[in-house]
Amino acid sequence: MRIAGFLLLLAGWGIVLSAVALLRPVSPIAGFVMAGTGVEVLGLVLVIRSHRFPRGERR
Amino acid sequence: MTHAPVPGLSETAAALCVVFIFLVPLAAAGISLINAGLGRSRSAAHAMLSSLCVFAVAVLAYFFCGFSWQGFAAGPAHVVTVAGKPWNWIAAEPFFFRGLPPEGSPASLAALLQMFSVGLAALIPLGAGTDRWRLGAACASSALLAGWTYPIFAHWVWGGGWLSQLGVNCGLGRGFLDAGGASSIQALGGLTAWSIACILGPRRGKYAMDGAPAAIPGHNAVLVLFGCFLALAGWFGLNCAGSILFAGAAPGAVAGVAINTTLSAAMAALAAAAITRARFGRPDASLCANGWVGGLVASSAVCAFLSPAASALAGLVAGALVTFSVEWLDMHLGVDDPGGSISVHAVGGIWGVLAVGLLARATPGDSGQLVAQLVGVATLLGFVLPLTYSLNWLLNRCYRQRVAAEGERQGMDLYELGAGAYPEFVIHREDLTQG
Repeated sequence: MRIAGFLLLLAGWGIVLSAVALLRPVSPIAGFVMAGTGVEVLGLVLVIRSHRFPRGERR
Repeated sequence: MTHAPVPGLSETAAALCVVFIFLVPLAAAGISLINAGLGRSRSAAHAMLSSLCVFAVAVLAYFFCGFSWQGFAAGPAHVVTVAGKPWNWIAAEPFFFRGLPPEGSPASLAALLQMFSVGLAALIPLGAGTDRWRLGAACASSALLAGWTYPIFAHWVWGGGWLSQLGVNCGLGRGFLDAGGASSIQALGGLTAWSIACILGPRRGKYAMDGAPAAIPGHNAVLVLFGCFLALAGWFGLNCAGSILFAGAAPGAVAGVAINTTLSAAMAALAAAAITRARFGRPDASLCANGWVGGLVASSAVCAFLSPAASALAGLVAGALVTFSVEWLDMHLGVDDPGGSISVHAVGGIWGVLAVGLLARATPGDSGQLVAQLVGVATLLGFVLPLTYSLNWLLNRCYRQRVAAEGERQGMDLYELGAGAYPEFVIHREDLTQG
């Protein structure tokens, strides 16, 4: 789950990077940037869940 | 590779910059005191020594190679042309500051400011690793931060890199804006703090079998709150010098920058005090301190671009976000962050960056500013976080970052330094048996 989360973070950034590099008018860039950020948020949720301290293990 | 002439700076602006830059170490002192005060008394000397060593290592790593990746605006850089537009992705300075123009040039002033800034960024993860992060590992991690992670992202923001070019290349407002380093110093340091907290794991005794967290209060609230005042002075330097050097502010505009900085911090501290008073019946000193610093962090982004009222609003939201985020990380996510570094610096910094896009007065040509700020946040999450996590994960595979269980039981002071910060408070067995 951790690796999948980091891959989603990278994929989301790839979407954002592609949008600003290849598109010109502002509105489609904004759409892709938001989509890319959404993918990153999903990745962040996965990464955070993978690091949750497991219940039943005392520290 | 490109190399354009360096833009000039008036003598007044250069002199002001020098004065402001000399204030920045006070921010580092403030953060160090806050980190030490929020840890246990048996690790206090270790926390302060770690701050000093980490600062030194970061400055040296930046001198060896960091500055050559970061460079400065209009300095030599590697440029890739995509779809007919030039994208500046990394600087091409020689190592050891050899390409730095001397005598108070903007580039030399920027390099001086960056030496302090990178040290400040390296101090932030110490708050998350308090009471269990080995001194040697902290130094190694800060070398990675100062030598690679920080310079690459800071080049994109301040060194004429692709984030700052978003306005010219894509028509996104004025490009990514961050005068005082809410993203490149604070959020980067906060995301590194999160990586460290995850890699180290929580302190022993922090979580029970059912996952319920135990409160481990900081040992000295006076140190923490004094650190907040020191941090304010340091942030004046950071925000004012950054506004002149990186946002093109005139020397006369620094009063406005300082006003915005103060308002943001004040509102954030009061928001934290009000929230903790409403929820727990009395204000919480450590959360108020976290709120104050969170307001300062948010002000780093907004100080040069927002009105005083909007800066106060940004501070208010920052204070609330930091307060809830500290509890959320501790109670629900099981992330043990004794200094609140993740909430204060990562959450506060990202909020500050977004606040510039949300609250800045719209002027002709500024359309798309929020999108530019969002691209910066996406870069922090999609590039900086994986990079800093993987570097620290690799470091942990080669050189264990967490102290041994015995070290945690004894305290970092005795285990790693051989002496405590408060030796007179040690109760010896013979004292108890005599009389």
